[in-house]
Amino acid sequence: MTDARTAELRGFKEVQRLAYACAEAVAARLRPGVTEREAARMQREWLRARGVRDWFHLPFAWFGDRTAFAGFRIPLQFFPTGRRLEAGMPFILDLAPVHRGFTADVGYSGCLGPNRLHGKLLADLEAHRELILREVRERRSLREIYEDVDRLMVRQGYANRHRAYPFGVIAHKIDRVKERRWSPHVFGFGTQSLKGLAGDALHGHRDGWSPLWSPYRFSDHPPKPGLWAVEPHLGFRGTGAKFEEILVVTDSRDPEQSAFWLDDDLPHVRRWAEAV
Amino acid sequence: MSNGAGGAGGTDTGLAGARERWVRTGGIELCVAELGDPARPTVLLVHGYPDSKEVWSQVAGRLADRFHVVLYDVRGHGRSTAPVPLRGGFTLEKLTDDFLAVADAVSPDRPVHLVGHDWGSVQSWEFVTVARTEGRIASFTSMSGPSLDHLGHWIKQRAARPTPRRAGQLLGQGAKSWYIYLLHTPVLPELAWRGPLGKRWPKILQRIEKIPGGTYPTSSLPQDAAHGAWLYRDNVRARLRRPRTDAYAHAPVQLITPTGDAFLSERLYDDLEQWAPHLVRRTLPAKHWVPRTRPDQLASWIGDFVMAHEDGGLPDRGAAPSGPYAERFGGQLVLVTGAAGGIGRATAFAFAEAGARIVAVDRDAEGAARTAELARLIGAPDAWAEPADVGDGQAMERLAEKVATEYGIVDVLVNNAGIGLSGAFLDTTAEDWKKVLDVNLWGVIHGCRLFGKQMAERGQGGHIVNIASAAAYQPSKALPAYSTSKAAVLMLSECLRAELAGQGIGVSAICPGFVNTNITSTAHFTGVSVEEEERRRKKTSRLYGLRNYPPEKVADAVLRAVVRNQAVVPVTPEARGARLLSRFAPGALRALARVEPPL
Ligand SMILES: NC(=O)c1ccc[n+]([C@@H]2O[C@H](COP(=O)([O-])OP(=O)(O)OC[C@H]3O[C@@H](n4cnc5c(N)ncnc54)[C@H](O)[C@@H]3O)[C@@H](O)[C@H]2O)c1
Repeated sequence: MTDARTAELRGFKEVQRLAYACAEAVAARLRPGVTEREAARMQREWLRARGVRDWFHLPFAWFGDRTAFAGFRIPLQFFPTGRRLEAGMPFILDLAPVHRGFTADVGYSGCLGPNRLHGKLLADLEAHRELILREVRERRSLREIYEDVDRLMVRQGYANRHRAYPFGVIAHKIDRVKERRWSPHVFGFGTQSLKGLAGDALHGHRDGWSPLWSPYRFSDHPPKPGLWAVEPHLGFRGTGAKFEEILVVTDSRDPEQSAFWLDDDLPHVRRWAEAV
Repeated sequence: MSNGAGGAGGTDTGLAGARERWVRTGGIELCVAELGDPARPTVLLVHGYPDSKEVWSQVAGRLADRFHVVLYDVRGHGRSTAPVPLRGGFTLEKLTDDFLAVADAVSPDRPVHLVGHDWGSVQSWEFVTVARTEGRIASFTSMSGPSLDHLGHWIKQRAARPTPRRAGQLLGQGAKSWYIYLLHTPVLPELAWRGPLGKRWPKILQRIEKIPGGTYPTSSLPQDAAHGAWLYRDNVRARLRRPRTDAYAHAPVQLITPTGDAFLSERLYDDLEQWAPHLVRRTLPAKHWVPRTRPDQLASWIGDFVMAHEDGGLPDRGAAPSGPYAERFGGQLVLVTGAAGGIGRATAFAFAEAGARIVAVDRDAEGAARTAELARLIGAPDAWAEPADVGDGQAMERLAEKVATEYGIVDVLVNNAGIGLSGAFLDTTAEDWKKVLDVNLWGVIHGCRLFGKQMAERGQGGHIVNIASAAAYQPSKALPAYSTSKAAVLMLSECLRAELAGQGIGVSAICPGFVNTNITSTAHFTGVSVEEEERRRKKTSRLYGLRNYPPEKVADAVLRAVVRNQAVVPVTPEARGARLLSRFAPGALRALARVEPPL
């Protein structure tokens, strides 16, 4: 790996760690009665105080059965609401800051107090992290991998809830973003990042690939080198859980180097290690 | 004392092994029977009208291994003596004195768990809402007997502001209360009970209320019924005219409502939460005399409620199931075949969420285990996985035996396991036919045969759900064998429904259209190469995926069908459409049958 590449990955790793640190700090401050809007604002303020000026998307917070996107029909329903947290309720914080030109997009699942069902969902996400990495290394088509994740979820007894995201994506490419003094956003998404994604989509369309990893035909291609924010999302009768983190895909011939998770020291990975 | 029916702890009363004692209070003597270990929590059963404590014999027997069970004859009933004069001797105040005297005698140091049926429940409502019993009652399970004070307010509210709906509710209950008016006439009821009515009563109970014959009712009946008329005369008019305004329960209440009760409207309890906070509701498809007709279910609900309110209560299992399905299915035993995936798994989860105990049967052992594991996490007090091939008669017999001995008699059976088979009739081999009929038809036959028999033998009702398909009435040249198997299931369900109706066992057939499950990727396509079969599986799976009708909605239809005892339930718009066509335009269905499927 070249030095430039190592430095670049370090940049992404740092912002991803920053994002997870934010999620953990905010999660620790959640109390019964806090609303989704307040939780979203806590994330924004925490990151602003640490130099974040631009976003891939503004922070989201989902509480209770909204973690499983129960009854979601239109994208506006993703935005934080006045729903209040209660004891035993699951929650998800989803945030995508841009820091020094590097983007991260992370998802943090937690629960206010013990909830055995939620614990089970979190534990069952581990198999998905392994499956995705294995099949990306095998250079299977993204659409096929998507379907295999789907099948595993069904076998586990769960519903695929990433299907509710725009285009039903389980992942999307992320990239470096130019730092601007003024970084506006539309519908919660940073315009700089959207521009990057749209550019990729345009190129990809010509070359037969897409920056959106979906169940549709346009994802019927082998993994494209680059950085992918992968977010498998399980739902089970009003309880949802996900993780989201960066998967690095390269054009190396060595399988180990052809794909790897950018960072293995993340809250959900640590939790699985502790459970063993 | 004028009546000696039964002898001390007499076996002909059904209270075998009971210890007997007499409690003196307010000039009368109450006959009290006790079963079980006195060190255990005390459950006190209060009988109704016209009855004596023996009405509880079956419930008492089922509770005695876990609890200290106490029963007594209400004053003037059974072997207890009657007040002199009768008039004014049956007021709720005096009945409360009796209760306290019995409770103090049998459980002086600990509060008792009260259970009342009919007038036993009416008086128990008084016990649990007056101040002087506070601390003496740990919980109260009420069946078929409202508080007269609550009833008074209920009537007043509806009479004061009689919207059409409220007036209807009022008239509805009014019509069910004919016997109360009759009982207020002087002398006549006594004459009737001591004469022809008393003689015929056992037969009437058997015929109309479906109460099995035998040792009940006891020979004291005419006497009980004649004295008991004073329960009404001494209390009803006075309380309904001036109901107490402070009749709040000071102990947790569980309300069990038989949905087929000829004497009480379910609407009576609409406002009950205002008087009894944290009320637990249960509904039971049965008639008025549930202590005789549903002893297993009552013993199970009473036992659970008592344990939940003993010191410390049950270990917390997370959110308690609630909602209309929980009222009906809480604690019941539900067996689902093909429960490792699709509709069967979703159905098992829906019952689990309602608090039922689940037996998940499938030939996919791992998938069934997974279903059972998740079922426990979402509300099933217990759940077990049982690997079995439903098409294998002997395996099913072993299963039925194991379930009966280890988990109990199934309350709801869902025959769901099924496989898909597609292809022209002329391409379908005898082997193909055998496979699909073995699972889809014989699986259902074995289920109904074995578990239906257990239900009927228990004689306490139940329900069987068979998952047929819209293909049962929608012919198609693409699915001859599958459709035939499903048509057979539909007809079997209808016949069985007729046969079991008299035994309180309902049978429903569910007919879904296209549901997004794994069935498409395991279905067999006849007459094509292996590659072509794989291609068709993928294609159908994608089509069903686009249709995207979730199995959870079918599961919901299953639970609703049981609650409403529906005969045939088409699910999905296409299934309902085809059902309509089959009745009004069968020609159109036949035309559809010729259409080549888009594969
Ligand atoms: N999916 C649909 O569109 C649809 C439509 C109408 C009716 N149905 C019926 O609904 C029922 C459930 O189907 P599904 O769609 O959930 O399919 P599914 O394939 O997802 O589930 C069927 C389950 O039954 C099990 N099973 C199959 N054969 C068995 C056997 N011999 N013994 C024990 N278990 C066995 C399977 O292992 C599987 O877990 C079937 O009877 C099917 O015919 C399905």
